[in-house]
Order: sequence, then C-alpha cells, then structure tokens
Amino acid sequence: MRKKKQKHIRGQDGLLTASPFLLPSFIGLAVFSLLPIVVSFLMSLTDWNGLDRITDPGFLSEHFIGLENYKVILGTGEFWQVLGNTLEYIVLYIPLMLACSLGVAYLLSRERRGVTAFRIIYYIPVLTSWVAASMIWKSMLSPQYGAVNNILAVFGIEGPGWLLDENWAMPAIVLVSVWKDMGFFGLILLSGMVGINKSYYEAAALDGAGAWQRFWKITLPLMTPAIFYVLIVSLINAFQLFPQIMIMTDGGPNGATQVMVERIYKYGFRYYRMGYAAAFSWLLFIIIMLCTWLQMKGQKKWVNYDS
Amino acid sequence: MSILLAVVAMIPFLWMISTSLKSRGALMSIPIEWIPDEPTLDAYQEVFSRFPFMRTIGNSLLVSVSFTLITLISASMAAFAFAKIRFRGSDVILKLYLAMMMIPTQVTMIPLFIIMNRLGLIDSYASVILPSIFKPFAVFMLVQQMKSIPNDYLDAARVDGAGIFHVYGRIALPLCAPTLATLAVTTFMESWNDYLWPLLMLNDRNKMTLPIALSTLNGQYNTEYNVLMAGSLISMIPIIIIYLCAQKQFKNGLMAGGIKG
Repeated sequence: MRKKKQKHIRGQDGLLTASPFLLPSFIGLAVFSLLPIVVSFLMSLTDWNGLDRITDPGFLSEHFIGLENYKVILGTGEFWQVLGNTLEYIVLYIPLMLACSLGVAYLLSRERRGVTAFRIIYYIPVLTSWVAASMIWKSMLSPQYGAVNNILAVFGIEGPGWLLDENWAMPAIVLVSVWKDMGFFGLILLSGMVGINKSYYEAAALDGAGAWQRFWKITLPLMTPAIFYVLIVSLINAFQLFPQIMIMTDGGPNGATQVMVERIYKYGFRYYRMGYAAAFSWLLFIIIMLCTWLQMKGQKKWVNYDS
Repeated sequence: MSILLAVVAMIPFLWMISTSLKSRGALMSIPIEWIPDEPTLDAYQEVFSRFPFMRTIGNSLLVSVSFTLITLISASMAAFAFAKIRFRGSDVILKLYLAMMMIPTQVTMIPLFIIMNRLGLIDSYASVILPSIFKPFAVFMLVQQMKSIPNDYLDAARVDGAGIFHVYGRIALPLCAPTLATLAVTTFMESWNDYLWPLLMLNDRNKMTLPIALSTLNGQYNTEYNVLMAGSLISMIPIIIIYLCAQKQFKNGLMAGGIKG
C-alpha cells in the first residue's frame, strides 16, 4: 500500500479549528501592523500636527494636502543632505566593517586554543546596547581626555575633535558601529567559512598555493553567499542608523550627522509635524526597498551558490 | 595577529571599567590615568542615588521576560495553525506576514504612538510589551520547525483521544524546543537593548528600561563619564551572564536573526 504524503493533521481542517491559535497573532497583525500602515500612509498626505483628532468630521478636508509633504521633502536641500550623510556613513562603514568581520572570521577559523575566549571577546560588543556602546565611544573619543586621541598621541599623531568636528563626527559614528557589529557579522561569515569543503584547500596546497592565494581564490569566492547576506542586512541597518546619533551627536555638529530616522523622530516628536514625519518614513521605506531590490538583482553577477 | 585584533576590540570595554572606577577629579587629569590611581566606587553610588536604577533593572527584566514569553506563545500558536491545520487562505496570510517584515518600524511608529496615546498606555509597561504579540519573524522560524514534525506523532495522539490543544501544547511545542530556545534568547536580547520604541513610550523615571535610563543619564550628566560608564557596565552584566549560560542558542540565533541590531 502506498502512503500519500500528508501535510496536515488528519481530521482537523478549517479556519474554525485554526482560529483559536491564530487569534492573538491576528489581533497583533491588525493593531500593530495593518492599521498603523494604513494610517501612516493617510497621515503622510496631511499637514497634521498631532493634536486634532483624526476621527473628527472634516479632518480630511481641513488637513488633506495630497502629495505636498513628499514634494516639500524632495524639494528641500535637507533631505539630500541627510541622504548624503547616510551615504558617507555607508561608504565608510561597509568596507571597514567587512574587512574587520572577515578578519574576525578568518582568525576564529584558524585559532586552535582559546576559541571560546576570543568568541566571547568579539561578542561582548554585540551584547552591549547601542546606548551603552555609544556612551562608551563618546567617552573614548573625548578630544583631550579620551582613549583614542591619547593612543594616537603615543604615535605622534594629533587626533581630531571627533564628535565636535563637522568632518570627523560621521567617521566617529562609523567607528562605534564597526566595533559593535564586527563580532556579529564576523560570526555569520565564520559559519560561511567553515562550510567550505576541505578538499578544495588540499588540492590548492598540492598545486603550491600559499595561504594568501588560498584565501583570495577559494575562501572568498565560496563565501560570497554569506557576504551577500551580510551586505543586505548591514545596508538595511545603515539606513536605520539612530541610537548612535542620538547619544553621540544628536545630529550635530551643524547637521553633519543628521540621518533619516533621526529626522523622522525629530519632526514627529519634537516639532509635532506628524504628517511630514510620516511622509519621511515612507521615503525611507522606498529607499530601503530600492536598495535591497538592486542588491538582489545584482547578486547573480558575483554571488557563487555552488560550493 | 589574532591577539592584536582581540585587544583592540577589548579596549573600549576596558576603558569603560577603568573610567567607571575614577573619581570626578580623575576624569580630567592630564596625562590621563589609564588605570585609576585611586580607584573608587563613587560613580556606582552616584548611579543608584541619582536615579532609581535598581528599579530600572527590574523594569528591564519584567519587560524583556514578558515580551519574550508573549512572542513565543503567540508565534508558536500561529505557527502551529499554519503548519499543521489545513485552512483556506493559509498561504496567502503567511505571505502577508512576510510582507509585514519588510516594513520598517519607523513607518508604523507614529500611528502606533497615537494609538497608544489614545488608549492611555503611554508610560505603561504594556505599551512596550504588547507589540510582542505580532512578531512575523518568530512565526516563520517556528513554521519551518513545525513542518518538520512527522504527522504520525500528532495523529497518534489524536487517535488516543487528545484534543487539538493538547497536541499543540504537549507534543508539537516540546518538539520545537531548540527553535524556541534560540528565539527566546534573540528576542530577549532584542527587547533588552531596544531603544526607539521605549524612548517614545516611557517618560516616567520609574518605568524606564535600561537603555532609556542610560540615555537620560547621558542627557543629564553629559561629560561625567565615570557615572555614565558605571551605568553602562551595570546594564551589560545581566545580558553577558545570559550569554555565557546560553552560548549555543546565541550561535544558532545568529544566522536567523540579523535585521534588527
């Protein structure tokens, strides 16, 4: 007798049976996701200040302004400056983070003794909250009394003013982010690295390839799926940069570290321009989607899935 | 080489410990004291005396534990329905869940703030705990796990007369234990370190969670780094202890987690 492959429990069908299990999740979906999404979009079409009740009659006729918020945001220099700041962050952060986490992964994969200890060391920053990490680095980067400039001084380098300097504030934000993220992404890359078939290395060693060559010709190409994943995640995170900014610079000096989420927060909850902030948040969503889509499209060119 | 990178990664951590043991005067001595000449616990006393910090730690524990429990219960129930009960539209709804994961929290936070405000939930623990009821990512991980449970187990129990809730609670759930454990630690960490949402919800010093309390300290004692570092160190201890006890779950959660740092 042949058994038919059965996917579900026998004799238990229908939405009625499923509903008690789905109820909590559905309420959450409706209240914390669907409803806010719809309201957020409608809000983005208004000049609402957060005070008048949305449910009041005549609310829409009074506050509806169509796509005006979007036009204003895209037409003001601020948005493009904010985007430029984010881009500066990405350009500095992604290569540095990738290099450091590859380093972490490589060293962990070769370490024989004390691997657990090293793992813990790299994981401590990951466990630290962004708030604590940012405060630690704010103290480290204090121009006169901080660790960084005093270490640089040992090598005869006079460190910059970091968070107080328009040109160095964003690099400072990058430093804390790389420090906090390299263990996390390093361990993800490590799991991609240990999955590589040993016979490739043995063959390469027979052909006389050195360690450096083996890394570039075998390890790196075969790790591209893990690297791709890290890039997708880190880019999404980069656009949502927030706690570091709030703790370390509050967007300053002179707007040099203003970023999308910081703007959304300030417009919504400091200036009470809720409609404007909502429109800003939808632009953030579009940018993230666009970037992720471009990366997905581009992956065929360089990601290698046949290890 | 390995040791060099590890030392560099450790410097901020060591700096935090060293700074937290300094007196206010020692913060601004030149040349700087790498190791405090006269270590003192003043900063720790300050943290507790100037802020209800003990309470803050309790708040964080309460919020994170409840958040994690609700996520696990709600997500595992939904996952059980999606994986093991046949009903119309199940695939479409699951896809809707996936789509919701793409929407950044910043899009929903302004309307949610208003909803919470209308419900009078601002400055309540509920405001930061309730969103845990819908965590599509946890549902996905558990659907994968539940699908791998052979139906023979579940059917056998049904034949023995067990109700569907019994099948969920006594058979499916224990078989998902590894995934539940992984989700528990990652969800706990996410909630423990969460910043943006609690920042909007909790203004009352007595209700604040650790990251919010720390950011308040940051605003008040801007350059009193010994106090800030003492607070930071205290905030890290619980999560480090949990990590040391559950390293395996953290490792498993790594590949799965990700999007939210």
